[in-house]
Amino acid sequence: MKPPPFGYSRPGSVTQAVADLAAHGPDAKVLAGGQSLLPLLNMRLATPAHLVDINRLSELSYVSVGDGEVRIGALARHAQVLADRTVQAAQPLIGQALRLVAHPVIRNRGTTVGSIVHADPSGEMTAVLALLGGSVRLVSAAGERSVPAAEFFLGPLESDVREDELATEVTLPALGPRAGTAFAEVSRRSGDYAVCGVAVIAEVGDDGHMVSARAAYLSVAGTPLVLDLTEAGGPEDAARLATDRVSPGGDIHATAAYRRHLAGVLTRRALGAALAQAKERSVG
Amino acid sequence: MADRDVGQEGDGTPGSGQLFPVSLTVNGAVHTVRVPARRLLSDCLRHDLRLTGTHVGCEHGVCGACTVLLDGVAVRSCLLLTVTADGGAITTVEGLAGPDGALSAVQQAFADCHGLQCGFCTPGFLTMITAALEQNPDPTPEQAREIIGGNLCRCTGYQNIVAAVLRAAELMRAGPA
Repeated sequence: MKPPPFGYSRPGSVTQAVADLAAHGPDAKVLAGGQSLLPLLNMRLATPAHLVDINRLSELSYVSVGDGEVRIGALARHAQVLADRTVQAAQPLIGQALRLVAHPVIRNRGTTVGSIVHADPSGEMTAVLALLGGSVRLVSAAGERSVPAAEFFLGPLESDVREDELATEVTLPALGPRAGTAFAEVSRRSGDYAVCGVAVIAEVGDDGHMVSARAAYLSVAGTPLVLDLTEAGGPEDAARLATDRVSPGGDIHATAAYRRHLAGVLTRRALGAALAQAKERSVG
Repeated sequence: MADRDVGQEGDGTPGSGQLFPVSLTVNGAVHTVRVPARRLLSDCLRHDLRLTGTHVGCEHGVCGACTVLLDGVAVRSCLLLTVTADGGAITTVEGLAGPDGALSAVQQAFADCHGLQCGFCTPGFLTMITAALEQNPDPTPEQAREIIGGNLCRCTGYQNIVAAVLRAAELMRAGPA
């Protein structure tokens, strides 16, 4: 339960960080909060030859809201993002999800961008990016690019970050008027990985009726599963639609049938809550 | 715990033998150590600094026994490299009592409420609760449960630890005795 040996550098700038990544090639790995990487190292499931520690890049520890977007820098800790009231006002789904990310002590250290790059299919913020859209900014010695959310997750624990790239920022759209969000999940114990979970965004018309709804599911597929629930018209039919459309696997934590059942129940609850919030916001 | 390979140098992998100078302020005292990059903060505290109050349970961030405060914030010392913590101020369980040995409010509350039995998990609970009460000096019973939600205890059944959180808050509000 000790990490294997590795080389180490602690760059003082993004330029130096991407130069380090380029110099050390495919076996280099970025260390940010370390709340997923250190367990992998301790259990020797990962054996990188070199770690590029970005914890000194304080220029990346920002959270900002503007132009209808929330921008989260690579070194912003979950706790910092959760405590930011302007973020919660602009996009309430972020806080609804972050409250369910592990325990407070893990959120003190873990970074929001890091958890998205880690691409765990049980990750709450992974589902948030998949549901809301937005993008991830990637910087390398060769330049920079922006990857849209829909193209970012390639498989379980695999995102579209090349070996020589550093993810510096995640951008998420702010919530529009007459829209509401909710996050619901079931885990064995508070703070554990979700057996099944769902993030929902819904919009109501002038008459208060639902005009659109989408959901992203965690722990039911290798990448976040996004479903359009608009045709269902409301929570009851949406629950049935979700139950029909998810095809989760079974494991030691839950059978496939139980996960499917939860997808329906959690869809009903989350869509109900999102619609209630949307109505509140459209009146206010 | 199998600690036999901790501290070995130069085992053939490029970079593995390199030692990094790290400066840590632990419980107010400045320490300088030279450690390999892979030295976990929990092992640095226990092996290099001989501060064995920080306990190591699961070594993958699940049990909370190794919780310490880094610049006042509760963190898992088994999920932090010593080199990353360079320059930081760390408080371990050894740093909670007063210089005269007087128990802190949280420690006193654990004694008052019988909040421990075997004591293995206790250092992690004490540090976690100390940091949490700084942020929220008057937690509800529900919030007390949330505070300790990331720490495992196999003896107490948690009820007395929840009571100790509330008792500690009461002691702190009453001020230093």
